Amino acid sequence: MIAEFGHFALILGLVFACLLSTVPLLGAWRRNRDAMALAPGLALGMLCMVAISFACLTWAFLQDDFTLKVVASNSNSLLPDIYKFSAVWGNHEGSLLLWALILCGWTAAVAIFSRELPLLMLSRVLSVMGIISVGFLSFSLFTSNPFAHNLPVPPVDGNDLNPLLQDPGLIIHPPLLYMGYVGFSVAFAFAIAALLGGRLDAAWARWSRPWTNVAWAFLTLGIMLGSWWAYYELGWGGWWFWDPVENASFMPWLAGTALVHSLAVTEKRGLFKSWTVLLAIFAFSLSLLGTFLVRSGVLTSVHAFANDPDRGMFILVFLALVVGGSLTLYALRAPAVSSRVRFEWVSRESLLLVNNVVFLVATLTVLFGTLFPLIVDALGMGKVSVGPPYFNAVFVPLMALLAPVMGFGPVSRWKRDRVARWSSELWLAAVAAIACGITLPLLNSPYNVWVALAVLLAAWLVLGLVRDVWYRVRSGSTLRAGVNRLTPSYIGMVVAHTGFAAAIIGVVATSQYNQEHDLKMMAGDSHALAGYEFRFLEVVPIQGPNFVADEARFEVYRDGELIAELAPQKRRYTASGQVMTEAAIDAGLFRDLFVAMGEPIGEEGAWAMRLHYKPMVRWMWLGAIMMALGGFCTVADRRYRRQRSSAPVKAGELAGAR
Amino acid sequence: MLARVKLFIPLFLFAVLALFLFRGLSLDPKELPSALIDRPLPAFSLPNLATGQLLDRSSIVGEVSLLNVWATWCVSCRVEHPYLLELAQSGVAIFGLNYKDEDAAARQWLEQLGDPYRLNIADREGSLGLDLGVYGAPETFLLDDQGVVRYRHVGVVDERVWRNTLQPIYQQLTAEAGR
Repeated sequence: MIAEFGHFALILGLVFACLLSTVPLLGAWRRNRDAMALAPGLALGMLCMVAISFACLTWAFLQDDFTLKVVASNSNSLLPDIYKFSAVWGNHEGSLLLWALILCGWTAAVAIFSRELPLLMLSRVLSVMGIISVGFLSFSLFTSNPFAHNLPVPPVDGNDLNPLLQDPGLIIHPPLLYMGYVGFSVAFAFAIAALLGGRLDAAWARWSRPWTNVAWAFLTLGIMLGSWWAYYELGWGGWWFWDPVENASFMPWLAGTALVHSLAVTEKRGLFKSWTVLLAIFAFSLSLLGTFLVRSGVLTSVHAFANDPDRGMFILVFLALVVGGSLTLYALRAPAVSSRVRFEWVSRESLLLVNNVVFLVATLTVLFGTLFPLIVDALGMGKVSVGPPYFNAVFVPLMALLAPVMGFGPVSRWKRDRVARWSSELWLAAVAAIACGITLPLLNSPYNVWVALAVLLAAWLVLGLVRDVWYRVRSGSTLRAGVNRLTPSYIGMVVAHTGFAAAIIGVVATSQYNQEHDLKMMAGDSHALAGYEFRFLEVVPIQGPNFVADEARFEVYRDGELIAELAPQKRRYTASGQVMTEAAIDAGLFRDLFVAMGEPIGEEGAWAMRLHYKPMVRWMWLGAIMMALGGFCTVADRRYRRQRSSAPVKAGELAGAR
Repeated sequence: MLARVKLFIPLFLFAVLALFLFRGLSLDPKELPSALIDRPLPAFSLPNLATGQLLDRSSIVGEVSLLNVWATWCVSCRVEHPYLLELAQSGVAIFGLNYKDEDAAARQWLEQLGDPYRLNIADREGSLGLDLGVYGAPETFLLDDQGVVRYRHVGVVDERVWRNTLQPIYQQLTAEAGR
């Protein structure tokens, strides 16, 4: 009964979406204020309906309603409640509903927080988001109905959630990732609305910037969580595989990074307008393309959803309509005349242009690598796979190219700058960075050139930032006044760039210094790895809620001192019979110790064990968290709320304020 | 005018991409090129991973068997490895095709994780893989007792895949071979 209610709410949600996608848009066309003013209400109504529907599905999972197909195939009565909850999006149908819910959430957020926007603009933006919602809600209802029944005879118990997904990281990873993916729809909607209105100006860029930054920050967090999950849950200590599904989330991130920077130029200088609009379309198109790749089965991947060509066809048609439609609009309406505003080659504009080119090239290489097997297959030239070597070979040099330019960015000036000024501001940072690059890797022998290079680049970034922050703070009359002069968007930039530097060091140091030993161990054995002694004490059987496990007990000593106790598990999930490796990790800022159990060998209780020493692997994720925090921080900037204060103000107040 | 035409470039590129995606929908990446199904395993002459002796078709033909394509660089191979060990213990003949891998690493892997394979073909350049139309690892081919490829599975072999897909064909082939 609850399920029917949820199904009905979803249908009502679609009705709201249909109204939202048409009425305000027509209103904007005919300049009918009443029709336009309906947009926020419709957006909120749509959110309510989809939220009710989502709540009903969640209820069905929590109550073990095995009459529903999704519940029966993805849950089990023995599953802990928290995983019953996350099982809602541990499958195609439910995750699509989550996607739709988040989309409605963003739409409602725009409706609530953008009251100061001109009604014409607001109604168009919300309508565009309504159009996207129509697509996703009908995708859900017509091809992947989460409320489909298992009648006449529902199973007694469910098939259980895939054990890989029974993990705290997976509870929040999809929602965060979708927040990011879907968040780019706001930037997209603003771009389309601006094209429709024919007004691509600094105001448009200022409106869409905070939304874009927040979406980008969410996506950063989502990708970071995915990588972290792969690291500890898959049991072999890798953190990025260039798998099509990972690439599907990474491409919008790369395009989004370019967009975040290009929006800055458009807002501050009114340049790159057509380019920025194109990037906004591009970033969201890549989100849609990701959905297509993950859910249509055109590419093989370790973690794609169960596939169905009908669904693939639906998304492809939707993709063609949305992307094709928006690119047509772009071609017809984008300003063809280049802007009259000029800038010199030595200026912040051109540095940001380099950023854009690098990120665009990176996006396209990843896109090409991801689609290459498909293209070759479609041309009838056989089947190939593109592995990590391709991606690493192209991607690493691109990022290395980016870092030197990034160092100049924050100190550079708009419009026109001088090389002499850069060198006078940054020579100290450069010298110090070189010194760091030479000396710091000495702490770890043997000397590693790649780490030295990474430290050099990261130090160059960070020291340049430190120099700039100090310069700005010092220019205030007092220290306090100086700190107060730093705007949230500036602080956000500093934090995010520092995070990028940390991530560079983390990635390179882990890849270079990583040590792993696979070996056969008996209880009582010990093994030394990177100066740590791993003592294997015993294996004990463990009874979990829905699995049985063998748990190995390890003690790790350094110089005779106990540092950590580790207990990796080998689990067998009772409902599905699947075997899972649960790694045990002693995490630290400078190193992770990682133990995973392989297979029992022979009869005497020996086990294959995998011991890892992973230096600085956390830096990569901490770096990503800093980037995300930076993105969130920029939203606090006062200029994004300026319009509110300039909205109808009484003359007397105005006089008092000035 | 020319400037306006340039703005159509993204649309054009997207149209090309969409065509490929459309074509991709009707292709199943997990499907064996139909040419190879029910055709004999291609001839090859490649070294044995363990001994370095040259192997050819006759080394692995003779009974119903699985030919499992794996590599140490392959993420999912690690996942399916325990299950292959179980299968081997239950008496299923499994041959390994060590695909585009380093011999030393592959030998070390088998030493540490256990060895479910009757023998392993070291296909360093991926030449046999190419003949078989291997898309990536892991992949598993079902061969009948005449050495004819009867089925191809792309992806991890686990209990579910074995019970629902591979085992029925395996049993049917064993029955045919018995006759």
